[in-house]
Amino acid sequence: MTNNWTDIKNADVVLIMGGNAAEAHPCGFKWVTEAKHHNKARLVVVDPRFTRSAAVSDYYCPIRAGTDTAYLLGVINYLLTNEQYHKDYVANYTNASFIVRGDFSFDEGEGLYSGYNPERRAYDRSSWEYELGEDGFARRDLTLSDPNCVFQLLKKHVARYTPEVVSRITGAPQDKFLKVCEYIGSTGNGERSMTIMYALGWTQHSHGSQNIRTAAMIQLLLGNQGVPGGGVNALRGHSNVQGLTDIGVLAHLTPGYLGMPRDGEGNFDGHLAARDFTPLLPDQTSYWQNYKKFYVSLLKAMYGSAATPANDFGFDWLPKIDKVYDTLQIFERVYQGEVNGFICQGFNPLMSVPNKAKMSAGLSKLKFLVSMDPLMTDTAEFWKNHGDANPVNPADIQTEVFVLPTNCFAEDEGSFTNSSRCLNWRWKAAEPPGNARHDAQVMAELMQRIMRLYREEGGTAPEPILNLDWQYADPMYPQPDELLKELNGKALRTIRDASDPTKVQYQAGQQLASFGHLRDDGSTSSACWLYTGAFTEAGNITARRDNSDPSGLGVHPNWGFAWPANRRILYNRASADPQGRPWSERKAYIQWDGSRWVGPDVPDYGATVDPARKVGPFIMNPEGVSRLFARKLMAEGPFPEHYEPFESPVANVLHPNHSSNPAARVFKGDLEVFGTSDEFPYVATTYRLVEHFHWWTKTSKLNAIVQPEFFVEINPALAAEKGISNGDWVRVFSNRGSVKGKAVITKRIPQLTVDGKTVHTVGMPIHFGFIGETKTAVGVNALTPFVGDANTNTPEYKAFLVDIERADPPAVA
Amino acid sequence: MSYINPKLDLVRRSASSDPEPALAPGDQVAKLIDISKCIGCKACQVACMEWNELRQEPEENVGVYDNPADLNPDTWTLMRFTEYENTAEDRLEWLIRKDGCMHCTDPGCLKACPAPGAIVQYSNGIVDFNSEACIGCGYCVKGCPFNIPRISKADNKAYKCTLCSDRVAEGMGPACAKACPTKAITFGSKADMVTLAAERVEDLKERGYARAGLYDPPGVNGTHVMYVLHHADQPSLYAGLPDNPRISPIVETWKGVTKYAGLLAIGAAAAVGLGHYFMAGPNEVSDHDEDAARKLKEGRDV
Repeated sequence: MTNNWTDIKNADVVLIMGGNAAEAHPCGFKWVTEAKHHNKARLVVVDPRFTRSAAVSDYYCPIRAGTDTAYLLGVINYLLTNEQYHKDYVANYTNASFIVRGDFSFDEGEGLYSGYNPERRAYDRSSWEYELGEDGFARRDLTLSDPNCVFQLLKKHVARYTPEVVSRITGAPQDKFLKVCEYIGSTGNGERSMTIMYALGWTQHSHGSQNIRTAAMIQLLLGNQGVPGGGVNALRGHSNVQGLTDIGVLAHLTPGYLGMPRDGEGNFDGHLAARDFTPLLPDQTSYWQNYKKFYVSLLKAMYGSAATPANDFGFDWLPKIDKVYDTLQIFERVYQGEVNGFICQGFNPLMSVPNKAKMSAGLSKLKFLVSMDPLMTDTAEFWKNHGDANPVNPADIQTEVFVLPTNCFAEDEGSFTNSSRCLNWRWKAAEPPGNARHDAQVMAELMQRIMRLYREEGGTAPEPILNLDWQYADPMYPQPDELLKELNGKALRTIRDASDPTKVQYQAGQQLASFGHLRDDGSTSSACWLYTGAFTEAGNITARRDNSDPSGLGVHPNWGFAWPANRRILYNRASADPQGRPWSERKAYIQWDGSRWVGPDVPDYGATVDPARKVGPFIMNPEGVSRLFARKLMAEGPFPEHYEPFESPVANVLHPNHSSNPAARVFKGDLEVFGTSDEFPYVATTYRLVEHFHWWTKTSKLNAIVQPEFFVEINPALAAEKGISNGDWVRVFSNRGSVKGKAVITKRIPQLTVDGKTVHTVGMPIHFGFIGETKTAVGVNALTPFVGDANTNTPEYKAFLVDIERADPPAVA
Repeated sequence: MSYINPKLDLVRRSASSDPEPALAPGDQVAKLIDISKCIGCKACQVACMEWNELRQEPEENVGVYDNPADLNPDTWTLMRFTEYENTAEDRLEWLIRKDGCMHCTDPGCLKACPAPGAIVQYSNGIVDFNSEACIGCGYCVKGCPFNIPRISKADNKAYKCTLCSDRVAEGMGPACAKACPTKAITFGSKADMVTLAAERVEDLKERGYARAGLYDPPGVNGTHVMYVLHHADQPSLYAGLPDNPRISPIVETWKGVTKYAGLLAIGAAAAVGLGHYFMAGPNEVSDHDEDAARKLKEGRDV
């Protein structure tokens, strides 16, 4: 979240789109009810289904699954056409005025930007860039009238997304779409703010990143970024998945969102050269210029005293990736028989990864599978016959499966990082049962055994293993507080104050207070620069539990620790105008008092930087402003464009030749099993239910009592057409598989008209499988396509094609 | 098992001729369920099962979100979902109502109950069942204008929400209110809840729900569980919430003339029964019956 949960109460309009907060985030949703009750906020929901969030909304607009980008580009067109955007904010705090290179172009008929290579399904992005002046800085036209400035290019780009076209693509009735535009437009004035809450309804598409980018652009046009009650707020789906991404358990990142070394970069210098953070306007902060300090401190945390300036702090010991090894890539390799063993830690991929048949075939090719989990998972029993729900023959599967019981979350202490970027320490409530061990214990012992093997028997390239710094009191069980201290970082020798060398800032071994104190000379370590400040000499900051809110704005500065630097709203300098005065008293947050930036939060800006210096408020960017034009950072183009899901009931009405995302990766074999609308006429979408959490809670009786069985939601019209009655067994099938469930016939699934054609949606919850207290089910990912977003490779779980029929009950093993 | 909480003051006992003092206005508690804030998450249902240690077997999906399908001896509160096409406003509404005992000021169950002390009312307004005295006759079911009590097949006793009288006696709110993430369920003095409801009704009216209002039905002299409804003019939209609940006339009569005629008949029956006991001896429970009852209680097939 750019803002945070408690800040939602400051919103005047709450837009929930690409998510269903009442269903998937019921506790956080309390801040929406708070905004409605005490701030007279209006809740607007745009969703393919009339959801639990819609049930308490002020306005609901339906949309066809997978067409959110088109809808949002239509909103931008509305805002620009009706001049309902925040003009001063746009001119000063976005790159609207920047001139784009003359060789950049977009072919409206083909839906392609300049530089496309159809064989590689990828772009040469060099033209997606600003025009630079002779001084090396970007050229601008502050009147926003140059035809090649971002503002004019954007205006032209979105002009195609008229209400009529939006309605043709998305199925949203024009009047409802326009009503939503009115709500959104009412916040483009500095006086009122809108928060956008989204989740996997936006990410799980082959163009998911562009959904979110378009939302960010709307917030920038409205001036809703950096202000109370504003922001683009990603509601994270696990209690600590924010922590997971922060500390780099992603295929292309190391901790703190630093880049994973890649083939072709050569050495550390090459890695740094590929990341040029030279300011693009005079006097900009461009904070990523500190990248090397963060990276060297990470390497010092990894390799300790073995990391020296002479060996580039051990950079060469890090693995170099030739491509991104995301979930789909890994399981493609498993399926191709290129992987021998798989350690599944808190992961149930047979249920949670698309195309169960492919997953099952892939797992059957492994020599061994390890499941580390507090619960028995469907994946750990992928080899076992469970009737129709898992119709395998164990005799055909040779994979050896090891099940290592680990502790449940309440059986260990440690920090959780929530969607608000806030680290909260939690204490152990119980001991793990039986022989269950802590995950860190299992991993540590495994590592110790591998290290011993290298020491005793040698091996190819032992340095990355043997040089690993492992200074824990018990090498077999690193404690959670030791790990958090390591993430925070410490001084490795005496460090003197940069501005006054007579003063000692840190003695060797002291915990650092701020990532501003990290050095690139090897004198500091920090395993995740964003977490510096979480465990300082003052103790475990994440364990703070002071819930006072001095400003009344939902800023709880002494509750846990929010990265970065305990900042609760990102980009908060933008809550004030260029002179440092609040845009409005209602939304006053951070302001210039003549000598300092003051307010209830930690300023996202130099604390004493005079506004007269014209340092932009978006200090991470080399241009100092936010981006309506994304430059080279997105795989499929610097502006969002409407692309259909890979399985769609209609062709792209704007450019049928390039209907779906031209830059998304599709593996051979998966392309062949995409279904067409002749055979599979209905749009399917999958989602969570509030009664369950992923595939865990099906093992809990209480959850099974309140939601016992897999079901399929369809509209009464489709039910009548297919002769299906409420509660009947139905079979839903895609080109990859088939599932059976009980029919729930509901008006909450709208019937839509898309480009003149009636489109029905089939909705199915995830949660059900063949292990646990709930009724046995195949698992909905038997149906879903094995394709992901062009930038993140998040699978397209939210929009694909199926057919449906009345069916007999399934056979039970 | 349900029982009488000794820490709370009784004002009424079923089938007893004790004087019935009026509820003291200052002591009265109430739970306010604001349907306009309810997201139907069922946290209240789960909290109820956890606090009261209720575990029924999971049922099947029968084509709706209401799970279990109905209230039962192990499900004392239940979310009921209704899809309502509001044609006047051209919109769909998904009305989600937490069903359960309303804790009537004039409790029809208590009036109907023939077993002395099986149903009681405390001075704070909570109506509680007492399993020790319950005879499982089912009259409370007939007497309830909201169709709430359920008779257990396992022990032949009536069960329903206690408004967590055990928690309330210790100064806490009911488990459901504690678990509610959106403050759709609040608990406090009845006066405070009425004030809060007025604030919520005003907010709903400002949002265009001209008929929003508080459901505190006068036909049972008010309730200690109340709803904020968007459509207070049509309570029955909300999964059949009675528009104007009243205690059945049969029950009212039973408490009147019929009661004394009935007492005579009971006396006669008792005399016959006593005679039978002396002539034929007591009824013995066979091992088979014991076994069947145990299985029933554990939820297994008999």
